[in-house]
This record gives sequence, structure tokens and C-alpha cells, in this order.
Amino acid sequence: MVIPDPRQWVQKHADHLYTYALARLADEHLARDLVQETFLAALQKVDLFRGQSSERTWLTAILKYKVIDVYRKRSSGLQVTRVDPEPELEFFEAENGHWKEADAPKAFDLEATDPTLRKEMAAILQKCLQKLPTLWLSIFSMKHMDELPSDTICKELKITSANFWVIVHRAKLNLRACIQKEGL
Amino acid sequence: MNHKPMGRIKKIQYDCRHATYLIEKREHKPLTLKENIQLLIHLAGCSVCRLFRRQNRQITQLMRNIFQRSAARPHLLDEKFKQEMQEKINQRLPN
Repeated sequence: MVIPDPRQWVQKHADHLYTYALARLADEHLARDLVQETFLAALQKVDLFRGQSSERTWLTAILKYKVIDVYRKRSSGLQVTRVDPEPELEFFEAENGHWKEADAPKAFDLEATDPTLRKEMAAILQKCLQKLPTLWLSIFSMKHMDELPSDTICKELKITSANFWVIVHRAKLNLRACIQKEGL
Repeated sequence: MNHKPMGRIKKIQYDCRHATYLIEKREHKPLTLKENIQLLIHLAGCSVCRLFRRQNRQITQLMRNIFQRSAARPHLLDEKFKQEMQEKINQRLPN
């Protein structure tokens, strides 16, 4: 049985929670505000802590909801995306969906074995990721950091699965084009 | 003569936009039978989308690495902020 000890919380868990939030939000101020909110929220329901999980697991679970809340706020901008006049037409011909000559994939290889080259590719992808809208990044964080199935992501972000596929498709098209442009 | 089926296949063969959508979707979950057939027909005749499929998969993998590495990289919170935060907690505690 674990008895929560709020006087030790910051020293024991603050860096861990901060790391969790920062990795998922890429915003230092927001991340540390959420850590503080997490502690204060936990304090209010400290009586509900049953000691079935560790203190850290319990605090992280509270923070997790706060992070998803931020994602959800970002996803409310989604309606705007939906009425966009089909951004895929940047890459494809309107009448038949064929690749536009200039945007068609050309050979590049991300599977390089040379470590220097691999590093370079990761850097390029990182740079390209930063150009994506934050909502799209939220989806990728949930997918690749938390390894959530797409149904769960849709439910948490309150988006339809049709919309989910459209966004992921769009995001990947953009990333691929960006990598190609950056000259791999 | 019925030209319709031929037209439909031509449409699938041309539609890289739809094919890339299916390629992406297939990375996450199984396609329906109809979608699978559409994709097979398209990829059989389209080397550009075959290339896209390979690159798309590589991007997914690299992206997963990047996200997982960044989740594992520890960050330290500013000491002063921590101190103030602990004080706020202490103020709210019963003595």
C-alpha cells in the first residue's frame, strides 16, 4: 500500500512528468503548466488514491488526460481542414487523380545503412515534421509514442475515422514531398 | 458492347490519389476486399505508386524512431519553478 506524500511529489516526479508532457506537446511553457496543474488536481483528489498503482503512474494518468485535452482543443480546428478545397490537388490532377509530373515520387532511400546519412535523414524528417499543423502532430504522437490504435485516437480527439484517414494521408503526402524537396 | 467495366478499371489505374490513400490506410489496418482489389490493380501498372508505397513505409518507420527517441530523452524542469510549485502544494496541505 502506497501512501501519497505530496511534500515529496515535485522532487520525485516533476522531471518525469515534464519529460512526458514536453515530448508530446513540444512547448516548454505549456508542458510545465500542465505539470503544475497535474499536481494541484492530484492534491484535490488525493483521498481517491487507493495505492493500487504507484504514485507516479497515478500522476502520469492525470497528466495524460490533460495532454489529450490540449490535443482535443487543437482538433476543434479540424472543421476548417474539412472545407479546405482538397489540398491533395497540390499533388494530383483534379480530373483523374494522376500524379502531377512535378510532384511524383522520385527515388530516394531512407534505408541507408551509413550512420551519417541516417542521421541526416532523421534531421530532415524532423524538420519536415515541424512544418505540419499541430493537430497532425498530435495524431502522430498518439500513434507512435503511445502506440494507440486508430480507433482510440479518433475517440479521444472526437474525429470520425474517415477524417482520420484523410488527415494521415494528407500528412504523409506532405512529409514525403518535403523530404524529396529537401534533396534526399 | 458494354464499355463500363473497362472504364472503371482505367479509372482505378489512373487514380494515384486514391491508391496512395489506400496504401496509407493499409499500413494501419486491413483493407476491404474491394479496396484490396483496387489497390492490386493499380499497383500492377503503376511503378510510381509502388515507389510511393516503399517510401511511405520507410517514413513511418523513421517517424516512429524519432518519436520514441524523443519520448525517452529526459528533460529537467527549471529548479526555481519546481521550488515554487512545491510551495504551492505545501500551502494547500493541511498542517
